[in-house]
Amino acid sequence: MNLDWNWDVVGDFMPVFWEGVAITLRALFLGSLTAFALGLVWALALRSPYAWVRWPVTAFTEFVRNTPLLVQLFFLYYVLPEWGPSMSALTTGIVGLGLHYSTYTAEVYRAGIDGVPVGQWEAATALSLPRGRTWLAVILPQAIRRVLPALGNYVIAMLKDSPMIAVIGALDMFGEARNFSNETFTTEAYTIVGLAFLVIAYPASLLIRFLERRLVLTS
Amino acid sequence: MQTPPTNDGGTNDSGTNGTRANGSELVRFDKVTKRFGGTTVLDRLDFSVSTGKHVTLIGPSGSGKTTILRLLMTLVRPDEGTIRVDGDYLTHEERGGQLVKAGDRHVREVRKKIGMVFQHFNLFPNMKVLRNVTEAPVHVLGLDKDEAEQRGRELIELVGLTEQLDKYPSQLSGGQQQRVAIARALAMRPQVLLLDEVTSALDPELVAGVLDVLRDIATTTDITMLVVTHEMNFARDISDAVLMFDQGRIVESGSPDKMFSDPEHDRTREFLSTVL
Amino acid sequence: MMTEGMFTNYFLPGIWITIQVTVFSAALGVVVAFLIGTLRTSRLWIVRFLAGCYFEIFRGMSALILMFWLVFALPLMLGWQLVPMWAGVLALGLTYGAYGAEVVRGALAAVPVAQREAGVALGFTRVQRLRRIEIPQAWPEMVPPFNNLLIELLKGTALVSTITVADMAFAGNLVRLGSNESAPVYTLLLVLYFAMAFVLTRGMRVLERHAKASVGQTIERRGLFARRRPPAPTLGAPDAEALPAGGTVGTR
Repeated sequence: MNLDWNWDVVGDFMPVFWEGVAITLRALFLGSLTAFALGLVWALALRSPYAWVRWPVTAFTEFVRNTPLLVQLFFLYYVLPEWGPSMSALTTGIVGLGLHYSTYTAEVYRAGIDGVPVGQWEAATALSLPRGRTWLAVILPQAIRRVLPALGNYVIAMLKDSPMIAVIGALDMFGEARNFSNETFTTEAYTIVGLAFLVIAYPASLLIRFLERRLVLTS
Repeated sequence: MQTPPTNDGGTNDSGTNGTRANGSELVRFDKVTKRFGGTTVLDRLDFSVSTGKHVTLIGPSGSGKTTILRLLMTLVRPDEGTIRVDGDYLTHEERGGQLVKAGDRHVREVRKKIGMVFQHFNLFPNMKVLRNVTEAPVHVLGLDKDEAEQRGRELIELVGLTEQLDKYPSQLSGGQQQRVAIARALAMRPQVLLLDEVTSALDPELVAGVLDVLRDIATTTDITMLVVTHEMNFARDISDAVLMFDQGRIVESGSPDKMFSDPEHDRTREFLSTVL
Repeated sequence: MMTEGMFTNYFLPGIWITIQVTVFSAALGVVVAFLIGTLRTSRLWIVRFLAGCYFEIFRGMSALILMFWLVFALPLMLGWQLVPMWAGVLALGLTYGAYGAEVVRGALAAVPVAQREAGVALGFTRVQRLRRIEIPQAWPEMVPPFNNLLIELLKGTALVSTITVADMAFAGNLVRLGSNESAPVYTLLLVLYFAMAFVLTRGMRVLERHAKASVGQTIERRGLFARRRPPAPTLGAPDAEALPAGGTVGTR
């Protein structure tokens, strides 16, 4: 076994590494926001009284959830510009991550909404609260509180999938590492990026576990 | 699920709808049937409650008492028959001389005359006490926030919880939560207050506080009350009439004195012997 | 134009590679899941700790980066090259196995303590108890989450295309470069993955039925993708009766 580890290579990589970290975090943040918002749209649409709303949303979310994100990114990056405006690799990546994970968050919201006791709906009816107000002021605040840890877990899952956006050319941590390694014929960058993922993911999962315990205690 | 009301042209006065039926009659059930699956919970029930009266429904569990309150609150809909509140059909509308299922807006309008207090309080856990009480007046009745808060404070004072105004429901005892729920229902200024076993979920030592508040409301206001309870002393104190239910029908009715001391029907006697 | 030749020359072998990668990484994943999952219930704290470390590391690791690391960085350290396909299988098996370990641990923890005690009372060793009492009872609980993981794994196999393994996704990219028609190529590719996920889910349903039958339970029928959708209040229902339907019957 021969661990040749060259600190000079590490030093050369660091400046682009930090740029990559910034892009990864940006993709993660915007992707999460997209997933949270779209997932709520799906969850509410799946509760529609109209089958013509429910059915296409069910089909679409099942399809997206059961096919690889990587191929979806190819689809968004190579096929979509044939029909509409083309997006940058990073934007495509954010849309892809957000869309893919929205089909998971939709299920999370659904479970959270189902978990609100039926008495809350009845109290809202007894007070004649309008439907929109019932959702906004009564049901969603309680549902979202319950689902925060689950949403957090999907943010971590999304972090782990985020290197895929490098495959269509975005310069996140992994994209920078790949370019750097190809240009310099070195491999230290891969190790650094791998460790960086652990360094980000582990405290994040500790935070979510803490959140879980707190929410359980106070509810 | 819902069928049009049976209009068998018989004894009831369904022809006179639209006019304020008999000013003193606030709630009226006409031949109301409700089934859950294969079980008939209410069987062609007729009964009415006059304005300002306090009526208590008693009977074994499963006899249909709570279903009456839930029908009035439109939490469930009747399978047959009609319900009127203050002369207006609750779940039906007159259109072209025909009674049809009512739209949402009509139901909402009529329902505003009714308030309900639940067995398990059903307070909104994400809102503080005051906001639980003001939420509906602001967003349903359209009161401005200050006015609603003033009304809310008065009601919270009435139920003796001024100190707890700024707390969340989870920080209150069961009895306190139920008193907030009472204030919340009253804030809508309903004409009828429905009380659904409001003390059954409470620890024994907390029951008295809630009943005292309700006694107070019963004696100092002219609100109409429809009560389902197992607290027979409370029922005797506040009721103008007591209805004994069994298997979806009214077995016997009368003044509390008569019902509790000299019931006519065997079922009533049997039931009272198990709860008194 | 995408021709029939492109399908038989590229897609068909790609499908076969995707199936192989799925099967091999699933097999490795199951081994890892049971090994790490049972070690996490060990009586020795050091064993529990090490198994826990494995779980934390591979749960936080991106399979794609692990693949690249195995292909490019590891050979420099070891001095010999890993065949890309096996690097892919290793990366997928190790990461999804970590999730599987959590499933195994949870299902074992759900076996009633009394069962363990009965095993002790009958003089079984720790390994015998696991093999003959605890795992057979926990197994039916593991199958549905394993189904979810298997679908995730199938989706994950597309990553091997990035380390030049000629799976379906790799074939798709080749054909796109050759034909310049991206819409039909990627649509076909997505449909193929979806169909495979569907077949896997149906297969796992059969497995679940057998597993439940082996402990004397039956399963209720569910939708196409084996997830429950309990009836619940609908949004903007014109008929308020639909609203509290879930909780009315029991409360009369």
